[in-house]
Amino acid sequence: MPIPAHDATVLRLDRVTLQLGGREVLREVSLDLRAGEFVGLIGANGAGKTTLLRVILGLLRPNSGTVEVLGRPLRRGNRAVGYVPQKQQLDPDIPLRGRDLVGLGIDGHRWGVPFPSARRRARIEEALRAVDADHYADAPVGRLSGGEQQRLLIAQALLAEPRILLLDEPLASLDIKSASEVVRLVARIGRERGVSVLLVAHDMNPLMDVMDTVVYLAEGRAAVGPVTEVVRTEVLSRLYGYPVDVLQVRGRILVLGGSEVLMGGHTDHEMHAHG
Amino acid sequence: MKCMPMADWIRQYLFSPDMFSNDQVTGALLAGGEVAAVSAVLGYFVVLRGLSFMGHAVTDIGFTGGAGASLLGLNALWGLATFCVAAALGVGALGNRARERDVATGVTLALALGIGAMFLYINTRYVSAPFTLLFGSIFEVDSDTTRVMAWVGMACLAVLAVLYRPLLFSSLAPDTAEARGVPVRLISAIFLVCMAVAVAEAAQVVGVLLATALLIGPPATAAYLVARPGLGMALAAAIGVLETWLGIDLAYVSYDWPPGGKGWPVSFFITSLALAGFITARLLRPAFRRRVSAARPRPRVV
Repeated sequence: MPIPAHDATVLRLDRVTLQLGGREVLREVSLDLRAGEFVGLIGANGAGKTTLLRVILGLLRPNSGTVEVLGRPLRRGNRAVGYVPQKQQLDPDIPLRGRDLVGLGIDGHRWGVPFPSARRRARIEEALRAVDADHYADAPVGRLSGGEQQRLLIAQALLAEPRILLLDEPLASLDIKSASEVVRLVARIGRERGVSVLLVAHDMNPLMDVMDTVVYLAEGRAAVGPVTEVVRTEVLSRLYGYPVDVLQVRGRILVLGGSEVLMGGHTDHEMHAHG
Repeated sequence: MKCMPMADWIRQYLFSPDMFSNDQVTGALLAGGEVAAVSAVLGYFVVLRGLSFMGHAVTDIGFTGGAGASLLGLNALWGLATFCVAAALGVGALGNRARERDVATGVTLALALGIGAMFLYINTRYVSAPFTLLFGSIFEVDSDTTRVMAWVGMACLAVLAVLYRPLLFSSLAPDTAEARGVPVRLISAIFLVCMAVAVAEAAQVVGVLLATALLIGPPATAAYLVARPGLGMALAAAIGVLETWLGIDLAYVSYDWPPGGKGWPVSFFITSLALAGFITARLLRPAFRRRVSAARPRPRVV
């Protein structure tokens, strides 16, 4: 697959609206993702982040609006879209190695049994090195930490040679140091391979150094653009539908609605720990 | 007590080569080995997908089918297999809501056992039917049934070979597999049918109550020892066959065990060996874990 020229649009959502169970989860969401761009998809629980990812993956069909991947209408199972799901700790006794999990990214969707080959092994090895996971790839996958499993899932997604990488809450339940490692890793992969990244998070602060564009989701609506244009009192007040304040406290961005912290008050780690 | 040489003692009480000239025993070795191998390979995925309880429920519901067929004077194996497949599809259709499924499965299997018990109670034609269904009748399996079971078992393995990669994918990373276009639900349904057929066959050997021993025991044992899928399945099959053969051998020589004149049930030996194997592997696991962590020089990323 030829690498699209820089600035070429790889993903376009045009006024996507989706209802689930009578509730409008996404309202007229539009967004353009360019080749090599790093986008943070930011919003609170229930803002519609995972729903939006499922639309982009073709697992949910919007009620109105269009989704195009590489200029073509969306279809399910598109190899151009790589997906790293929200972490689920695997059972510790699962009888598989990390590299078995990663190898599924090459041919897991095909029927039949895999044929080991030098080329297959080399590709797996390359993907493992890309995420710095080669030194634990032979350990049983269930015994690895959440962060280690996450890297393996990123390697698995890379093996399909995607143009777009979707990551659902990769920073959840990671401490600050590990979270910034994952962010740097994903940004490096995006840069080196010309892959566009759409990373879902509660908090945009860990992404500030690498994020080109923010997609801020609230109440099913999205505000899209550079952080300095989107994360502003008037823009976000319009999005939430009530007055909110954007504050900068010691380099951290906070969004407040009344006395409630809407974004940035906790790291994702803390939010998880407190349920 | 008179002392006898060690070899004679073993010959009498542990392993007696003349069992190979007994048709019932060779038939049992063939049928048992075949069933154990198929069960273990399918069981590998049952363990991977966390379906042990469901595997057990499916056999219990199959018991109702077997008892019903026996009541009607039909072949119990077919009744058993039909109900196992229907049960697997039914439970599978409940979907992936694990907690709901757990409760629904539990309630259904209790009801099925109750109905089966009633069938057996009013069944006066075949006095041995309850025991056979519940605890198996490996020495009674005729060669025609063995042949049919071998074909069905091979068909199961063939289907599993076709499903292999997407099944592994959807067992480990269901969301990613679905996103890559794997028909996750269809694959799950086909797998459940294969599992149902395998446990119906295993029920012939060790009975419905203990069929899960062959389905879960060997793969769970292998899972403690190796972490590669292909090797794990092969090891599980080898363990299953070995345990079954050893069980048959012990059942054969147990005619000379106290109280004497009556062999011990083969199901007892097979399930005991399965448990012993499992516990041994679990005890060996720490050594295995150390070996793995020694191969990881860099510290864990938490």
